[in-house]
This record gives sequence, structure tokens and C-alpha cells, in this order.
Amino acid sequence: MGRSPWYLAYRRLRSNRLALAALALFVAIVLFSLAAPLWADLVADTGPNRTHTTDTVTVDGERREVVAPDGTPIGPLWFGAGGRFFLGADGNLGRDEMVRLMYGGRTSLFIGVAAALITTVLAIVLALLAGWFRGWTDTVISRSLDVIWAFPVLLLGIALGTALAVGGLEIGPLHLSSGSIWIPILIIGFVLTPYMARPLRGEVLALREQEFVEAAVAGGAGPLRIMFGELLPNLWSTVIVLFTLNIANVMLLEAGLSFLGAGVQPPGSSWGTMISNGAELIYTTPLLTILPGSLIVLTVLSLNVFGDGLREALDPRSRVRLEAHAGSYVPERGAA
Amino acid sequence: MARFATRRLLEMLAVLFAISVIVFLIFNVIPNTNPAERIAGKNATPQLVAQVEETWGFDEPLPVQYLTTMELIFSGELISYSTQLEVDERILEGIPATFSLCIGAAAIWLFFGVLFGYLSAVRAGGALDKALTVFALIGISLPVFWLAALLLYYLTFQVELFPSGGYVPLTEDPLDWAYHLILPWTTLAVLFVGFYSRVLRSNMLDTMNEDFVRTARAKGLPERQVRVRHVLRNSLIPMVTLFGLDFAAVLGGGAILTEYIFNLNGVGQYAADAIAELDFPPIMGVTLFGAFFVVLFNTLIDIAYAWLDPRIRLGEASR
Repeated sequence: MGRSPWYLAYRRLRSNRLALAALALFVAIVLFSLAAPLWADLVADTGPNRTHTTDTVTVDGERREVVAPDGTPIGPLWFGAGGRFFLGADGNLGRDEMVRLMYGGRTSLFIGVAAALITTVLAIVLALLAGWFRGWTDTVISRSLDVIWAFPVLLLGIALGTALAVGGLEIGPLHLSSGSIWIPILIIGFVLTPYMARPLRGEVLALREQEFVEAAVAGGAGPLRIMFGELLPNLWSTVIVLFTLNIANVMLLEAGLSFLGAGVQPPGSSWGTMISNGAELIYTTPLLTILPGSLIVLTVLSLNVFGDGLREALDPRSRVRLEAHAGSYVPERGAA
Repeated sequence: MARFATRRLLEMLAVLFAISVIVFLIFNVIPNTNPAERIAGKNATPQLVAQVEETWGFDEPLPVQYLTTMELIFSGELISYSTQLEVDERILEGIPATFSLCIGAAAIWLFFGVLFGYLSAVRAGGALDKALTVFALIGISLPVFWLAALLLYYLTFQVELFPSGGYVPLTEDPLDWAYHLILPWTTLAVLFVGFYSRVLRSNMLDTMNEDFVRTARAKGLPERQVRVRHVLRNSLIPMVTLFGLDFAAVLGGGAILTEYIFNLNGVGQYAADAIAELDFPPIMGVTLFGAFFVVLFNTLIDIAYAWLDPRIRLGEASR
């Protein structure tokens, strides 16, 4: 009695403790971010954008200013004030750092997953079309991807980010105002597409020569049926791995764009914008830079390690070593 | 060979044209506001907006607008209206700093990338391999500007070991030049070392299973020689393409974050500084410059490659 390949992959993944630890870390970070409203309402009693510039807080019976007269924010109070300003305030506006970290995580993770989904869907469709039809379809798609590929990722992101930050975007029914979080999502999803479409196209080209495809053609299946019914199921293992790694790349790119002011726009905030704000105060309050950055590193690291584990589990011989095909998937070019 | 080079150059021209169209679309067409207002800058007077509209011909049909825009850019008449500086001159001024940063960093990342990749491949599964893998994974997971900010905080503020940024021209003082670039070099290199060592490691593990490696062992060559001359050399070939892309991207202004945080005043930082002012001409100029640079550089690498290895130009021709 044979086991399904998915079950075998699951078993291999289950025995990879490092990958499981990474997954657990990622889930913990997601839960941390999802708990933002709970913490904000029940513990910190404030919102991510509420300022406390002139407020005071009572720490162990002693009244202290949230922002000192010289502009220095209060440091971590832990539970000294019942959980308020758990990690201190974020600068001269006196916003609660812990609350902002949790809400910032929601933004960063949401952009990560949403943009990675857009990239994945676009890449799958383009790869199937190019790989199945070949000929001029392939030429048009591959050359277009090459053109996007030629732009240094961060530069293209900045160009689009600043251009759309002013007036928003209006294409047909799509209507986005200038501060919308969907602008960085669409930009990043679009910019990273070639990096995923290329390896997938290569795989489609190899798959289409196999006998099961020939059998489907002989059985009278049309192109749609073959692309989505025959080829796509065989791409899933690669897609899942690339999707996981892609979330990590999106998050790094988003952080870079937001840091430069071409990503998430105020009053919205992500971990990237928080580093940008924190860096201005790094010599007095380094914690404001260290905290959001550490969360980005932990999230991206957990995704990279888990993605690696997934790859090994799904393809134990690793014949298709995605990273080995030089130039086929080079995400880290992104945010230099 | 001449035919391959001609074909490759023609392809390059087509890509350059497409890139210029995309840049035009991004700045002049896609956004939802009056392009003249955008290009004139954040605090432009109505007169300036009218003047920009006149110069850029925004009342003309799109193809004419495209030609006007390209004429402005390539004749060197593109100016940043907020600072009144010519964009092409400012880009040229930034090139020495950008090149200094990138060439130094590339040397570091290639050296350590190859060294670490080689060591983890020959010790695959061992303790050293695991340690290097952890190091590599952390390296590729770091936001570069965050690493830079922390290095600046700890190594220039806490321990006053390095200058806090800025660029000193090589011709002015070579020692000071290097001293100012040590931190930027390190930062930019860390980003790539992990990735390159991972790629080389898996390339080498693949190559080790090839027949010619078995032959080399079978004829009694020392293991070291097999690893370096047969395995390593053949595993480095695909990395040349990878390196070409990465190196061109950073040279073309792609190392924006590193330049910006260390205040190197390079090409990338010119674009970064323009973001806060929403000053579009510099971003436009640098984007076009960066993409053109990548394409030119890669075409040259491809031609050099084909010249070195006939299989490539023949394979391309039969495609």
C-alpha cells in the first residue's frame, strides 16, 4: 500500500525539528500581532496612533511624564503601570511602543501575505501560459518579465511608491486612495513576479514533455484543462516553497520601502516605518530601532528556515534546487 | 560570434526602449494627478507648474510626450525643480561613491561567499556546515538598513571606532577613503555572503555527483585537487551570471539603503533623498540610469561569456 507523496512530505517535515521550531516561531509572531486589539483595549488602554505627549503615568504610586520636557520618551515600564507603556513610549509623541509593535506587525504581515499571494497567482498564470503555449506567447511574457527584471527591485519599488503616494491609483474599476495599504501591496506583488515566474516557467517546460501530458492531449483535453488540471497540480510543491520564501522577501522589501518613505504612509505604520522613526532617536533610545528590527529578522528568519525545511520535505533529493539555478530566483537582490 | 553579438545588442536596444517606456508610464501616465504638478515638486508655484507643463508638453498626445520626456532626459536637461540642479550632473557626481562602495563590497562578498560555500560543501552535514548555514540564513534575513543603524550605534557611538558616515574621495586621501567605507562595505557584503555561500554549496553538492568528478577520483587525483580544480571551478560558472546581475544592480544605484544610512552621497542616495521631498525628476533619472546600467552590464557579460564558451552562442542560435 503506497502512501501519497503529500503524506510522505508531511512525515519528513515532522521529523525536521529545526523547521518545526521555525514554524512555531512564525505562528507565535502572527498570534502576537493578531492580539493587538486585545492588548490595546484590555491592558494598555490606548490605540497605536494615540499620542500621550503631555500625559502622565503612575508607576508604583509615583507620577511620571510619558515624554520628558527634553523630548525623551519614557522607557519600558513592564507591568509597573499595569501594562501601560510595557515597552515605553515611541518618541516625543508618546505613543505606546508595545501597542504600536503589535499593530505594526499586523500591517507588515498582512502586506507580506497579500503581496506574496498576488505574486504567486500572477507567476502561476504567466508561467503556465508561457510554458504551455510557447512560441510568441512565451516570447512576449518572458521578454516582459526580463524588462521588469532589469530594474533594481528597490528602485522600481521607490519609483512606483512615490508616483502613487501622491494621487493614489485609478485603473478602471480599481480605485485606491494615496494612503492605502494596497498600494505597497500591489507594487511589491508586481515587482517580485518575475523572480517567481521564471523558475515556474522552467518547470512547466520540463513537465509538458512528460507522458501524462501527452496522454491528456490524446484524451482530447483543451489547453485550460491541461494547464490547470494537469500541470498546475504538479507545480504545487514548488509553489508552496516559493510562496513561503516570498513572504519573507516581501517583508524585507516592504521594510526597505517604508524606511525610505515610499511604502506604508503615515498615519499607518509597519515595522519598517517604526525603524525609520526609531533611527532618528537611536542615540538616545536605541530600543525603538532594535525592537521592530528584531521582529522583522525573527519573522523573515523563521520563514526562510521553514521554507528550506519545506523544500527538503517536498523534494528530498532536491534535484530541483531552486536556489541553485543561478539567476532563476534571486530575491535577495531586493533591498540593498 | 559577430552574429551573436549583433543579435544580443539588438535585443538590448529593444529592452532599453521598453524600460524607457515603463519609466515614462510610471511617472507621467499611471498616477492619478496632474503630471506637471508632480514633476514641479511639492511646493511649486502655479507659474512653475505652468512652465513645467509647457516644457514637458503635457497637452500633447502621449507618444509626443514620451519623446519630449526622453529628449529632456538624454540631452541632460532634466532638472530637479525643487533644488534647481541638473539630474544627470548629480548622478555623475554620485558615481565615484557608489562604485567605491560596490566594488569593495563585491570583493568582500565574493571572497567570503566562495570560502564559506566551499567549506560547507566539503563538510556537508558537519558542525562547520551547520554553523555556516545558520550564519548564512541570518545574513539573508537581516534588513540592511537596520544592520547599518545598529553598527553605527554600537561601533561609532558607543565605541568610537569608525566615522559615522560620509564619503571621502579616493583621490583625496586613500586611507580615509577606506576608513570611511569599512562599515558600508561590511554591511552590504553581509547581505550577499550568506546567499552566495548557499548557492555555491548546493552547486558544489550537485557537481560532486557528476561523472567527470568520479573519473578524476578514479584516476587517482588527490581529493583536494578534485575539489578545487574540478568541483569548485565548475560550480563557479553559474555564479558568474548571478554575480553579474547583483553587481550591476548595486552599481546602478541599487544599494540605496546602504548609501542612504551611511550618507555616502552616491547615486542611490540621490533617489532616496528625493523621496521625502517628492521630487520626481531625480527618482526618474536614477531609475532609468539603474535599469540601463543593469541591461548594458549584462549584455557585455553575455557577450564575453559567449566568446569564452562556444556552447552558449551555439545554444542560443538554435533556440
